[in-house]
Amino acid sequence: MLKDEDRIFTNLYGIESWQLAAARKRGDWDQTKDFIAKGRDWIIDQVKESGLRGRGGAGFPTGLKWSFMPKEIGARPHYLVINADESEPGTCKDRDIMRHDPQKLIEGALIASFAMGAHAAYIYIRGEFYNEAMRLQAAIDEAYDAGLLGKNACGSGWDFDLYLHRGAGAYICGEETALIESLEGKKGMPRLKPPFPAAVGLYGCPSTVNNVESIAVVPTILRRGAPWFAGLGRPKNVGTKLFCISGHVNKPCNVEEEMGIPLRELLEKHAGGVRGGWDNLLAVIPGGSSVPVLPAEQCDDLYMDFDTLREKRSGLGTAAVIVMDKSTDIVKAIARLSYFYKHESCGQCTPCREGTGWMWRVMERMVRGEADIGEIDILEDVTRQVEGHTICALGDAAAWPIQGLIRHFRPEMERRIKTRRGSVTAKAAE
Amino acid sequence: MSGASVQKFEQPASFAFTPENKAKADKFIAKYPEGRQLSAVLPLLDLAQRQHDNWVPQAAMEHIAEILGVAPMRVMEVATFYTMFHLAPVGKHHLQLCTTTPCWLRGSDDVVSACRKKLGIDFGQVTADGQFSMVEVECLGACVNAPILQVNDDFYEDMDGDSTVTLLDQLARGEVPPAGSMIGRQTSAPDGGPTTLVKKAATKAGASDSDGAKV
Repeated sequence: MLKDEDRIFTNLYGIESWQLAAARKRGDWDQTKDFIAKGRDWIIDQVKESGLRGRGGAGFPTGLKWSFMPKEIGARPHYLVINADESEPGTCKDRDIMRHDPQKLIEGALIASFAMGAHAAYIYIRGEFYNEAMRLQAAIDEAYDAGLLGKNACGSGWDFDLYLHRGAGAYICGEETALIESLEGKKGMPRLKPPFPAAVGLYGCPSTVNNVESIAVVPTILRRGAPWFAGLGRPKNVGTKLFCISGHVNKPCNVEEEMGIPLRELLEKHAGGVRGGWDNLLAVIPGGSSVPVLPAEQCDDLYMDFDTLREKRSGLGTAAVIVMDKSTDIVKAIARLSYFYKHESCGQCTPCREGTGWMWRVMERMVRGEADIGEIDILEDVTRQVEGHTICALGDAAAWPIQGLIRHFRPEMERRIKTRRGSVTAKAAE
Repeated sequence: MSGASVQKFEQPASFAFTPENKAKADKFIAKYPEGRQLSAVLPLLDLAQRQHDNWVPQAAMEHIAEILGVAPMRVMEVATFYTMFHLAPVGKHHLQLCTTTPCWLRGSDDVVSACRKKLGIDFGQVTADGQFSMVEVECLGACVNAPILQVNDDFYEDMDGDSTVTLLDQLARGEVPPAGSMIGRQTSAPDGGPTTLVKKAATKAGASDSDGAKV
């Protein structure tokens, strides 16, 4: 288990004050000016060396992403855009950073922006997080008043403005190019890539979009050193990670743990274990609603990291662990996710706009068993036609949960169809 | 994306920001670079909604378009895309019930049926006295505190059928109970106390997150 002294988010639960004075006592804003004095390349090298992989779901190396920004600032300004649109079902970690430890994010924003040559950054927070936005704005105002933001931010010689922008209810705005469109005042419809945001992003300028957690861990990595962060976890899957444990556990919670912690240890140490005991586990969605479900038999000795979960044909995603015990109607649980993706499709690409609705309608019939056995294969085939055939990953995200269900719970789907057919035939014979 | 209300209502003939809100609008617009004022369309729609009984009339969209110097269609297409803008009147207490899988696993069906039974309305409807409206929403991003019932801006967490009834009674009496966990746990920590950062928890036992708003 991760030791308390190795935890980054020491006020995760809001037990202490969120305000600047308390944050400074926890170590925030210590040596920030010195880090900036070491230069852009030093910061990017440290982040690369730390092995930090993006915490928003894709797990792309953060330092490498930063290095894609142009070295010299040309005619167009550079921007950092922080993705706080946390909407992936199961995920609620960035909320705690913003309401309880906001200075970590603000300090990280300054360091990351300097490293990418940005004099301005926008934090795009989901609209429903109204109270969290008020809190974060108050923290930004405190940082301005203390000279940590604005002209010559933190005495670093770097001018830096940080703006908070509230969304208004659209899951798709968590996709980086949809987020940029939304920030520009348009409908949140993803852009075709390339060009990538590092070349043409916000207002047509070089931009990088990073998740809240990715940015908020950077100051501590610099303070404690890249080798410290790289030394936690498992090879290529390093550092600490905020896990969100929801569903059928005795004590759902958020917790910061070492990357790669075995699932069972995570659930039993922090979440009071699976309701009714480990043997009562039916399945787990290990990384937010988009990643395929894993059945209980694959959950023993399951390391919670990017590469292990990919090998299992699932994913770490946002590390939002949705636990389902044996009382769960697994087909209905996944059908509800199909409804989610149908609701959240922006409607731009035909395979997603039409496919999410079609898949949801078939899934609803699968819940009741009103289908032919052969339709399971048709459904699987349609998910393959949606996956990879859309501008953004929402099509994939809608396809994967269904693919996971069919892969692991096909007998249950067939059982429902046969049971229903049996009862219909029996009725007809009466 | 959001379903339109079937109830009849009248659009006001005109809308203008109050001087106080106009000043706020100018502050929002100043966050974005010269010539990029359209970026302020979401904050301005939100501001209009807050000024106008929690819904955005047609005239407000036209007013915002004028302020931003864009065609009204640019504002309308945005207002209809995002679920948080109400284009028809809602209740004084606008209930937003999350039923996505993490909330559903923790019993959001009970919260929904308690609201239906208590208020006699369904999703997309407003009570006759205009006090309550309810809608089904997708994941609110507080899943370890599921199920969530959002009332206007506030998240009520760790709900069940009984606490829903109690909450609705309080709201009907004009009380606004503190938001957050309804079972009294410390934000997103495990019920009964944290398993990590225990030293801090012990020294601050009983301390609540009290130096700010309702988060």
